[in-house]
Amino acid sequence: MSEPVTVMNAPIRLDFEIGAGTAQSRYLKGLMEGKIRGQRCPVCKKVYLPPRGSCPTDGVPTEEEVEVAETGTVTTFCVVNIAFSDRAPEVPYVCGQVLLDGADTALLALVAGIKAEECRMGLRVKAVWMPRDEWKYSSENIKWFEPTGEPDADYDTYKEYL
Amino acid sequence: MRDVAIVGFAQSKHLAADTHRNEVEILMPVVAEAIERSGVDRKSIGFTCSGSCDYLIGAPFSFVQALDAVGAWPPIQESHVEMDAAWALYEAWVRLQHGDLDSALVYGFGKTSMGDVTEIMTLQLDPYYLAPLWPDTVSLAALQARAYLEASGKSERDTAEVAARSSRDAASNRNAVRSGDKSADDVLAESPVVSPLRPSDCPPVTDGAAAVILAAGDLVPRLTDRPVWIRGIAHNVEPHSIGTRDLAQSRSTRAAAEKAGVSTGKIDVAEVHAQYSHEELILSDALGLTNGVTMNPSGGALGANPVMATGLIRVGEAASRIASDGASRAVAHAAQGPCLQQNLVCVLEG
Amino acid sequence: MSERAAVVGVGQTQHKSARSDVSIAGLVREAAQGALDDAAMTWSDIDAVVIGKAPDMFEGIVMPELYLADALGAAGKPMMRVHTAGSVGGSTAIVAAGLVEAGIHERVLTVAFEKQSESDAMWGLTVSQPFQAPLVAGAGGYFAPIIRAYMRRSNAPDHIGMLVAVKDRKNALRNPRAHLHLTDIDLKMVEESPMLWEPLRYLEACPSSDGACAIVLGSEKVADAAPNPPAWIHGTAMRSEPTIFAGRDQVNPQAGRDCAADVYKQAGVTDPRRDFDAAEVYVPFSWYEPMWLENLGFCEEGEGWKLTEDGATAFEGDIPWNPSGGVLSSNPIGASGLIRFTEAAQQVRGMAGDYQVDGARRALGHAYGGGSQFFSMWVVGSEKP
Repeated sequence: MSEPVTVMNAPIRLDFEIGAGTAQSRYLKGLMEGKIRGQRCPVCKKVYLPPRGSCPTDGVPTEEEVEVAETGTVTTFCVVNIAFSDRAPEVPYVCGQVLLDGADTALLALVAGIKAEECRMGLRVKAVWMPRDEWKYSSENIKWFEPTGEPDADYDTYKEYL
Repeated sequence: MRDVAIVGFAQSKHLAADTHRNEVEILMPVVAEAIERSGVDRKSIGFTCSGSCDYLIGAPFSFVQALDAVGAWPPIQESHVEMDAAWALYEAWVRLQHGDLDSALVYGFGKTSMGDVTEIMTLQLDPYYLAPLWPDTVSLAALQARAYLEASGKSERDTAEVAARSSRDAASNRNAVRSGDKSADDVLAESPVVSPLRPSDCPPVTDGAAAVILAAGDLVPRLTDRPVWIRGIAHNVEPHSIGTRDLAQSRSTRAAAEKAGVSTGKIDVAEVHAQYSHEELILSDALGLTNGVTMNPSGGALGANPVMATGLIRVGEAASRIASDGASRAVAHAAQGPCLQQNLVCVLEG
Repeated sequence: MSERAAVVGVGQTQHKSARSDVSIAGLVREAAQGALDDAAMTWSDIDAVVIGKAPDMFEGIVMPELYLADALGAAGKPMMRVHTAGSVGGSTAIVAAGLVEAGIHERVLTVAFEKQSESDAMWGLTVSQPFQAPLVAGAGGYFAPIIRAYMRRSNAPDHIGMLVAVKDRKNALRNPRAHLHLTDIDLKMVEESPMLWEPLRYLEACPSSDGACAIVLGSEKVADAAPNPPAWIHGTAMRSEPTIFAGRDQVNPQAGRDCAADVYKQAGVTDPRRDFDAAEVYVPFSWYEPMWLENLGFCEEGEGWKLTEDGATAFEGDIPWNPSGGVLSSNPIGASGLIRFTEAAQQVRGMAGDYQVDGARRALGHAYGGGSQFFSMWVVGSEKP
């Protein structure tokens, strides 16, 4: 007498062809040129990075492109100890919010070149790019952010971005 | 019940594949246009509700990103249904009954060009018994078409007439994505996709969005002297398994139509959410519509089918016929689920 | 313009990591039947059904309410499916309450569920999108950096999160339906559990549960005739804000504060710490208790951790938070918000069994979702509003 069936596997496969959309396309093209470009809202004047084509608070299109620096501040972060995807980095790794100089929103990014336990809020970092010949239309062109060696940013300079 | 009116409507110029823009970029001008047409100040909109389906884009929380199109700051009262936006309109209508708010923004969007929507919608089926067999939605629709034709005595020529008429009507709809000067013979000459359905009987893949502004109370006369009133709105769902229902009729549409009061007055125009030509005939029966009613003057879903916005667009199109084209009373209908499992009916009056 | 509405029946399943004895339909039916029994109603008494759950991609069923229409007795009736991310359980209750308050229906069956054993929520939450590297490891990876920011802002000592982790699991021991029954739970056990997303440890995070919750909402007439004490709805509110915007306060979101202010005003609450007898608050990660204490106005900004440390929110404290064990003890994601709303109702109905807060007459139910951007809350009371 066989066991009753309690679980079945029903595999699903769906294929999607995803376009980046206008704003993200421009951002990705910038990354292919080694540039990090955000967009400024005509109403509140804030620079959004990555750009989304609209200002979420004013609900208007954001068209003005603004190049931001490759340097910035780690406003906050966590140390990830779970391997959840084969595309994700090796654990433990630091995943943080990086506020680049010139931008008004922080980017989600990897922080490397520093021991995980030494990472701290306010750490000044700069972008480390993948080798140029490996660039593609992806935010992965920026491998991660590494400490610049500058003194940590004062809490007051980034506390409003938390 | 508090009287609620439609005071603004906008939809995108739909495309078969919008390769440049993402959902937010498609939605934003549509929302802005609907708000502008209504005359309501964006920051004073009381309630926002949207309808969408994550699976169309292949990522969860697509409605969250869509919020960027709306300018949700300061924080807004907002909700969302994972249903056609016609149900979001229903939720907004209910919310306005409370009496504390006088306006609502409703929107829906769907980019169906990125995946295969007929396969995606197969996943609406019972995950244990039906979905693993992968019956695609066109095949299921064909089953219903066959059942209807056999039971009603109507013929493929009758459905071809619907398809041809819709195609011709869509030509005067600047937002439609598919149209053409077709005759029933032209349609009958097409090779079936899944018999008895031919390409013209099936909806076009569409990327698009739509938005509607609702108003109630003292706000209405301040905005317009030609409001389109929602006189009745109701919805209903049927058992899931298509083997347990009579596919030749739409019981839930009939029930919703009765609750919404369709038959209490003469109907001039009907916009029904028929993704397939035979569905229009089934729905027309269920709504109790007679020959004098103008059916889907916009060309209907056969002209443009941005899934999750299609039902809302039926409401908007029906409202437009009243607001601009002299109709007095209209029915708008929305549907979702395999073989018209769930239906919503809305009666509009000028 | 608004009628009174009340919770007249409650049903909840046994929350577990895997309910292999029921299908998804079976899971929701169990909860729904429980609610009907509590309300002494049959399926045909129900006028409408409102169901909520988290993203469809979790279980891999597109719009599962269509498949569940039969299990929910919805065939031939109106049915709505709400989806507002993590706050969905709460929004579902609010949409359902709205139908009764508007006088549209008299008896609404309200259900929320998640069958996580038949889904892959981690995958669902981190579906990799093209053009980007996958960075965020599930919900914890998103919230841990925000928690770090709170700790810095408030200068809270490191152990506060762990106090919440212990308290909620101890509370769960009195709740037979809770998923986690960690009889040996103590600070040391939490501290020694693996650090998942520093500063959050494994035992400071919510479990992944199969579960469903159902309530029957009734009109005043229905509630007056109900066999068991009703929980009267004194106020409901929802607020949303965008995920990312310049100047956003991710730690103490404005939407949460506005939502609380709205529902308190409706309910005549001016001092939440004193006016409520219990609160069921969506705390999926330990540190969200002190953060939400501040966001919900139970104390001044920066002081939340002190309330936790002082034991104010413990079962014996002056304002018990999550006497049911909370999200930290049971987390069927789509249902968790409704469970909070429901447990608040059970408190004021006097039907919370072993975790009943004595004499509870007014309670707060709270849910949040997305990137801490969707909030839904209600206030329920043992007396009519």
